[in-house]
Amino acid sequence: MVPADILLNVAVGGVLTGLVYGLMALGLSVIFGVVRVVNFAHGEMMTIAMYIALTLFAAFHLDPLVMLVPIALAMFAFGYLLQAGVINFFITKPEHSQFLLLIAIAIIIVNTLLILFGPDAQNVQVAYAFDSFQLGPLIVDATKLYAGVAAIVVAGALFVFFQYTEVGTAIRACADNYTGALVVGLDVGRFYALTFGLGAACVGAAGTILLLLFDVTPTLGPAYTLLAFVIVITGGLGSMPGALLGGMLVGLTEALAGLLFTPSAKSMFSFAILVLVLLFRPQGIMGKKAA
Amino acid sequence: MIVRLATGIAPRTLVLLGVLLAVFASLPMLASDYVLTVLILILYFAYLGQAWNIMLGFAGLLSLGHALYIGLGAYTAAALYVHFGIGPWLSLLIAVPLAAAAGAFIGFLAFRFRVAGVYFAILTIAVAEFARVGFDHLNWTGASAGLFLPVAQYAHNDLWNLRGHPLMFYYILLAATVFAFIGCRVLLLSRMGYFWLAIREDEEAARAAGIDTFRYKMMAVMISAGMTSFGGVIYAFYYNNLFPEQVFNISQSILIILGPFVGGVGTLFGPVLGAVVLETIAEGMRTLLGGLGVDVPGTNQLFFGAILLLVVVALPEGVWPWFARRFGVAESKA
Repeated sequence: MVPADILLNVAVGGVLTGLVYGLMALGLSVIFGVVRVVNFAHGEMMTIAMYIALTLFAAFHLDPLVMLVPIALAMFAFGYLLQAGVINFFITKPEHSQFLLLIAIAIIIVNTLLILFGPDAQNVQVAYAFDSFQLGPLIVDATKLYAGVAAIVVAGALFVFFQYTEVGTAIRACADNYTGALVVGLDVGRFYALTFGLGAACVGAAGTILLLLFDVTPTLGPAYTLLAFVIVITGGLGSMPGALLGGMLVGLTEALAGLLFTPSAKSMFSFAILVLVLLFRPQGIMGKKAA
Repeated sequence: MIVRLATGIAPRTLVLLGVLLAVFASLPMLASDYVLTVLILILYFAYLGQAWNIMLGFAGLLSLGHALYIGLGAYTAAALYVHFGIGPWLSLLIAVPLAAAAGAFIGFLAFRFRVAGVYFAILTIAVAEFARVGFDHLNWTGASAGLFLPVAQYAHNDLWNLRGHPLMFYYILLAATVFAFIGCRVLLLSRMGYFWLAIREDEEAARAAGIDTFRYKMMAVMISAGMTSFGGVIYAFYYNNLFPEQVFNISQSILIILGPFVGGVGTLFGPVLGAVVLETIAEGMRTLLGGLGVDVPGTNQLFFGAILLLVVVALPEGVWPWFARRFGVAESKA
């Protein structure tokens, strides 16, 4: 049997990592909630951000946490242009056309990264990589704590933007009623581009933070795209707190499964959660009505 | 029966079908070993695309996890052969129901709770991934270290045990593709086929008209899954080695669906034409890049992605509907 203090430490680490997963899933949730397009290149977009952070660290020794905002801004621009330049033309096309479009974009991203950076796993070594904080019996890794806090701050900023700014309200209007938004004169295409940009910024921020915790390879994308979906469905569609909660739950499950069973089998447990949620609460933990 | 199957098809289309069959049947005589492996891949994906098309093309259900059924078929047949010496054709008696049961499990989870569209697609990926990680830890099938069949001897063809020359696999796959093509036509003309199309077009209306949508959606998933598992059996005995990381991989599922997407979802020719177009492009690209001396991993795939993007933008319905209009060889309006 694993001692209680180790169990607790691993659990806390899992929840903090899960917050970053939650931030990534939040990006997906925002894009799907508003634009109604399934971003099949979500995990791939995250790896772009990870490689930007990696390159900046390798070239100028810039800490990923310091570069969080600039990288998120760069990803915002990427997302905005992608939506305005390509995806907006597919909004009225059948769902499977959109799927194929984003799968094509995902393939292009993965292989461009593969050509540019090679297939090997890479990571950053920050000065505080092995620091930790002690709170009573609890020992928390500094990187995980910073990562979790950064994820909460970014998610909080996004929440405030959607609830209290005029643009945020307009975007929610586009999501609630597409025709209605057109009728009152909103430039829906522009708001869609803004939303996709915001979703990309979210996943960009998440990727930058995640680089502190994990190695990056060009082929990391699909697994994270799937993880983001599992989290969004678990947490509840269209619920921002739900995405974070779902992220924490998945992070916790993976950490405990890695400790108690074997790390390589950890993703089986997040899929098991997904199946349980679909069985007993198909609308998701924080979701309001059936999906 | 044959007359009924052929009614409503333009004579030109029948001629096209005959020519196509003759070309496929005689091609191996002219082909080198390399070309033969490409042809096998084309038929493999044409068959699987046809099976997958039953779900999205007919019943409107998007599955992105067909690697699950490939893997189940491949592992069942290979494990039974390696452990008990049971031949692949007998294994089908277990592999097909097993894959259909897996499909039924997904269908039951999804359709009972109206998990539809995107969420259904995600569920199919999640179950396939679950199986991948599961098989990675299943010692009976060699876990992540892989499961190996005794290497094929090309001296003589043993059809019963599927041991032999690639040419044998080519003709088995050709037969399977023809069978799937005709089978799908039969399904489309059946009562169930019409119910599927009704569900695809408007599920609420179909239910209101008294169609048991749950039942027919389950049928679509189970038939498609069972058919796909046969592809897995062939995979296992053709390649002689199985790794969960490859067989159950999401990219395997994506490869299966690209053919019908490029060729035209919901048509009978689409999956076949799509497989031909995609494999030709992929191999052409490989040869071209090899000839130019470009040897950076990912270049080939990058062009592949770009061409896919081009097809989506330029021919969103797929190549077949465009081709059919252009040459007046449309399938009967199903």
